[in-house]
Order: sequence, then C-alpha cells, then structure tokens
Amino acid sequence: MGRSMSTTTSQALPSGARPAPRSSILVATSAVAAAGTMLMFGMLAMWLKFRDASSLRESARGKMIHDWLPADIKIPEVATNTMAITMVIACVMAQWAVYSTRRNDSTHTTMALAITSVIGIAAINAQVAVYLQMNMGLTDGAYQTMFYAITGTMLALLVTGFAFSVITMFRAVAGRLGDSSVMSAHALYWYFLTAVFVALWFVVYVQK
Amino acid sequence: MSTVDSTATAGHASTSSALSTVANWITTTDHKKIGRLFVGASALWMLNIVGVGIALGIERIAPDTAIFNSNSVTQLFAMLRTGATFGVLLPLALGFGIAVVPTQVGSKSLSFSRLAMFGFYAWLIASGLVIGSIVANGGPGGGDPQMVDLYLMGIGVGLVGVIASSVSLVTTVLTSRHSGLSLLEIPMFSWSVFVSAISIVLTLPVLLGTLIYVAVDHHYARLVFGGNEGIDMWLGWGFSQPQTFLFVIPAIGLLAELAPVAARIRQPLRGAMLIGVGLVSTAMFGTVTQTSHVFVWGGTLSDKIKSAIPYAWFNLLPVLGVVIVTLLALLAIQKGTTRLIAPLVPTFLGVGMIVVGMAGNAVQKIESAKLAGSVFEEAAVTYIAYGAMLCAWGAISYFGPALWGRKVSDNAVIGIGALGMFATVLAAAPYYFAKDQVAGVVSDFDYSGPQTLFNTVVSAGHVLMAVCLFSAIALSVKSLSSGETVSAEVWGDQ
Repeated sequence: MGRSMSTTTSQALPSGARPAPRSSILVATSAVAAAGTMLMFGMLAMWLKFRDASSLRESARGKMIHDWLPADIKIPEVATNTMAITMVIACVMAQWAVYSTRRNDSTHTTMALAITSVIGIAAINAQVAVYLQMNMGLTDGAYQTMFYAITGTMLALLVTGFAFSVITMFRAVAGRLGDSSVMSAHALYWYFLTAVFVALWFVVYVQK
Repeated sequence: MSTVDSTATAGHASTSSALSTVANWITTTDHKKIGRLFVGASALWMLNIVGVGIALGIERIAPDTAIFNSNSVTQLFAMLRTGATFGVLLPLALGFGIAVVPTQVGSKSLSFSRLAMFGFYAWLIASGLVIGSIVANGGPGGGDPQMVDLYLMGIGVGLVGVIASSVSLVTTVLTSRHSGLSLLEIPMFSWSVFVSAISIVLTLPVLLGTLIYVAVDHHYARLVFGGNEGIDMWLGWGFSQPQTFLFVIPAIGLLAELAPVAARIRQPLRGAMLIGVGLVSTAMFGTVTQTSHVFVWGGTLSDKIKSAIPYAWFNLLPVLGVVIVTLLALLAIQKGTTRLIAPLVPTFLGVGMIVVGMAGNAVQKIESAKLAGSVFEEAAVTYIAYGAMLCAWGAISYFGPALWGRKVSDNAVIGIGALGMFATVLAAAPYYFAKDQVAGVVSDFDYSGPQTLFNTVVSAGHVLMAVCLFSAIALSVKSLSSGETVSAEVWGDQ
C-alpha cells in the first residue's frame, strides 16, 4: 500500500507555479479611495464653481476679490493648519504600522495603530473646534451651507478612517499580524484621507 | 399517547422549510442569489416605469383634458426618469454581473459578498424610500418638503449601495480570477461588467457629492440650489444621457459574448472588441463635468472646432464604441458557421435599440437641430431603458442554464424579444418626430402634426411592452421550477 502510494506520488505531475498573491482588501480599499476622491473632488469643483460665480468686491487691502467668504467670518488658521499637519503625521504612523508588521513586531504595530487612532480623534476634534471658532449658522448664507456640507462630508470620512484604525488595531492586539495587506490597505486609506483633506484645506481654508 | 400527528408534523416541517428558504435568501452570501435578488427586484421597477409610461401616454392623447393634476404629472415624470436609470438599468447591470462574473472568471465566490449584499439592501430600501416619497408628493419639484428630503435621502442611500456592490465586482475581477487567466482573457461579458463597475465607482460619487450639497441646502436653507425646483437641474445629469450609457455597457458586452458563441468561432479581432466596450466608458468624462456638451454650428472655423471637439469626445465616442462592438459581432457571425441561438435575438435587437437611443442623444446635442426641451430626450431614454430590458431578457435565457440549470423556451425568448423591439419602437419613435412637443408637459400643448396619433402610438407601445414584461416575468418564474433541465454548456460556449 505504502509502496503503491509512493509510486503514484512519483508519477504525478509537479504542481503548477503558485499564483501571484492578490490582495482583495488592498484592491477594494483602492476602489473605495478612488470613489472617495471623486466624491470630494466633485464637491470641491462645485465649491470653486460657486466661488467663481460670486460677485466681486474690494478687499481691505484694496484688491478686487470674489464676495464669497463673508467679511465677518474669520477662518481659524491655526486649527486648520494643525489639522493638515496632523493628517500627514497619521500617514507616517500608518506606514510605520506596515513596516512593523513586515518585521513581525507586534508591539510597534500596535503602538503605531494606536497613535493613528488618536490622531484620527484629534483631527475630528480639530474639525469640531473649527466649527465652534467660526461660530456661523448653517442657514446664514450660501457660503455657510456649502461649507458645512463639504467639511461635514470630510468629517464623515475621517470617522470611517478612525474606525478602520481601531478595527485594525484590535486585529493586531489579537495577534493577527500575518496578513500585512490589511495594514497596507489601512495605510492607503489614510493616504487617501490626507490627500483629499490637503486639497480641501488648500481650497477652503487657504484660498478661501 | 405515543401517536404522532403526521399531518401536523408535515405541516410544521413545510413551514419550517419555507422559513428556512426565506432566511437563506435574505442572509445569503451566494453571488448567484444576490444577483438574482437584484434582477428580481428591478422587475418591480420595470413594471412601475412601464405603468407610468402608459399613464403619461394616455394623458397626452387629449391635451385639452387633464386626468392628473399638475403636481401628479411632475411626480410621474420624476418616477419615469428615476425609475428608468436608478430602478432598472443600474440593478440589471449589477445583478447580472454579480450572478455571472465570479463563475466566468473561475472564482468560487464574490469578493466581499456581504458588501454586495449590503449594496442590494441599501438599494432596495432606497427604492422604497424613493417610490414612497414620490407618491407622497416628494421628488423633484415635489410640494411636500419633508417628502423631498426623503427622496434625496433615498437616492443617497441607493447610490452608496450601488457603489458598494460595484466595489465588490471590481475587486472580484481584479483579485479572484482563476490562476493563469489574465485580465484581457476574461469573457467579454465579464470585461463589460468590469468596465461598467469601474465607471460607476468613478462617476456616481460625484453625483453623491452634488446630492449632499442639494440635500443639506434643501433641508436647512433653500438658498443655493433652488429648493425642490432645482433638484432636476443639479442632479438630472445622473439620470440621463450620457450617464445611462455607463449602465448599459454589460448589455453591449453580452452581445459581444453571444456573437462568437452563435458563430462557433473565436471572436475575430478580440482586442478591438475589448477596446470597443472600453470606448463606451468614455461617457464618464462627459458626465462628471456635469455639463451638456452641445455642438454649435456658428462663428469662425476656430469656434466650430472648439465646439466640435468636446461634443465629439463626450457624445460620439461612446456611440463609436457600440458601433465597433456591433460590427465585430456581425463579422463573427459572418465568418463562422452560425446557428440561431435564442438569446442572441433579444440581445441583438436590444443593443440595436440602445444604439438608436445613443444616436438620438448625439443628434439632440446639435444646437441647430433645436431638440432641447422637447420630448426627443424622453424617447432616447425609452430606447435605452427598453433596449436594456430586452438585453436582460437575452441574459436570463442565456445565463439561466448556468444559474439554475433550466432553460426558457427558445420560441418564447425569440417571440418576446421581437415583440419587445416592436413595442420599444412604438413607445419611442413617434417622439423622435414630434420635436415640437414640449417635454414634461401633458396638457395644453398644440403643434402642427398628428399629435393625437403620436401619443396614441406611444401609449400603445408602452402597453405592448407591459404585455412583454408580464410574459417574460411569468416565463422566467416558470422556468425556475418547470423549465427544460439542461447543462450549463447548453449553448456550446467556451
């Protein structure tokens, strides 16, 4: 019996080449990131369209500018700039988690993901702080309505990023470090969040 | 004492079995079931839009009398427009894709099948919200602000669901193909679903972004986007051409798949066929700009060229893609030893109707044709929606053996396909000629021409389509239990 089995084994064709690994979670996250990018850039395009369509007025410095941002509203630049820097740091932390996972270093992976989660909370907190400091009503005008719509959507995306970080962190704490593609997908999602936030920051908070 | 009531036990077992079947379907992660849920639920929308088409057609036969009040008419048009795209074209494309693509690419299951199921439920709930809100005087131009909010929320939830299901499809094609099967070697139907799903992932979020602005503005302020009257102006592009072209790409892919099967040869110039299907997706560049790219024949030569390039890019390229696919399908049929397979008939006729609709859209965008604001656009939407329904009938008969192991009668497939094409022409063609009839109006219009005849023929076309639809649904349901049992390779495809 054993002899016949070994004969069969020796006559069997060698197995084919192992297929290239395809990471479903990474590809799906890329698709979601592409959809999210189109969502935010579409909203930014609408923002620019309305801003360009607004009438012109003379600024305090004597230059002609679009009458889009109401004169009595001041953008809290410290909070918004800090938020942009924080988002970039979140990317570094998420990439650190990928690096640590590949080195099978669970302590650093967990730490990196925990910091990313905290940064997520910080970004959400900063956005709320921006709302409080600007202290404007949603129904006060076209600018205010569109401002809350676009930044609210960004806030919702940030919440999903935070949730992704927390879930990934719990997976890491539970010892599921073997699948590095989840970490890569998590990092990719934070790159996407940062990219769209930087675009929003430039158009809404810097260019105004 | 120990006697067992066998009748009661059998009844209990039967109830338990029925509940188990229902539970199995509503919690399924089987791609074939999810796909069939999408297609089955879309049939309700099909009946809905055909019914609305009949009602509007009858109302327009006598323009001096009114059956519906003006608010109802606005809502009926909203139902027709939303239903044709959101209720019919989208779920058909996704449903057949989800059911068939994993099998075609050699995957055991759909990637993130629960995400696809979430997408179905989101779309289903959204469908209920949209229909309910329109019936309760919501929808574009609706008089009840709360119902208008509900309509916008319904569309938003549905868009999220559709995008989620598309992400699942894209991921399946990219990551779950059988080892050794390259992307360019996958069957044409899977390729077309892949192209369509990517287009959905890239375009519908833009619609969702605009919807968020409109919904926030409508709910709180009504300062920027024109309140209920502005909904169609800002969101209308998502429910009209060229956005609809992206949803019918799988119908075109089905023709590309069926032609070589009927001809019993490998598709000649397969690479060109892939490009042809891909070219239809160029419509997405036209949609995300949210602008109607009209060709104006005026001014200097430079002005004409400046107008012609975006017009051709956004309106003619997709048509070119369909023409390439159709010509290559005919080439395969001409080169091979062709036999008539039943699914080819409704599919070929359906794609023909879609081409007529797409060509109509291209003509409508020529300013000097003066078709803007007329019923011409409604005719184009009818051609495309009904054409897609014919292709769906072809898909049911073609994929049925692989999905549930039974076949719909060939005669029924061919008969309903031919009758459906006739119904489509009746329901749409008169409005290609009635260019003086204003869109969105059912009474108090007058123009030189046989207006009563036009509107009567259109109504008759919708009624005939309703007959075809009821027959197709009945035959499909019948084939699930008592159709001829056949093997999955019944069509002899590879």
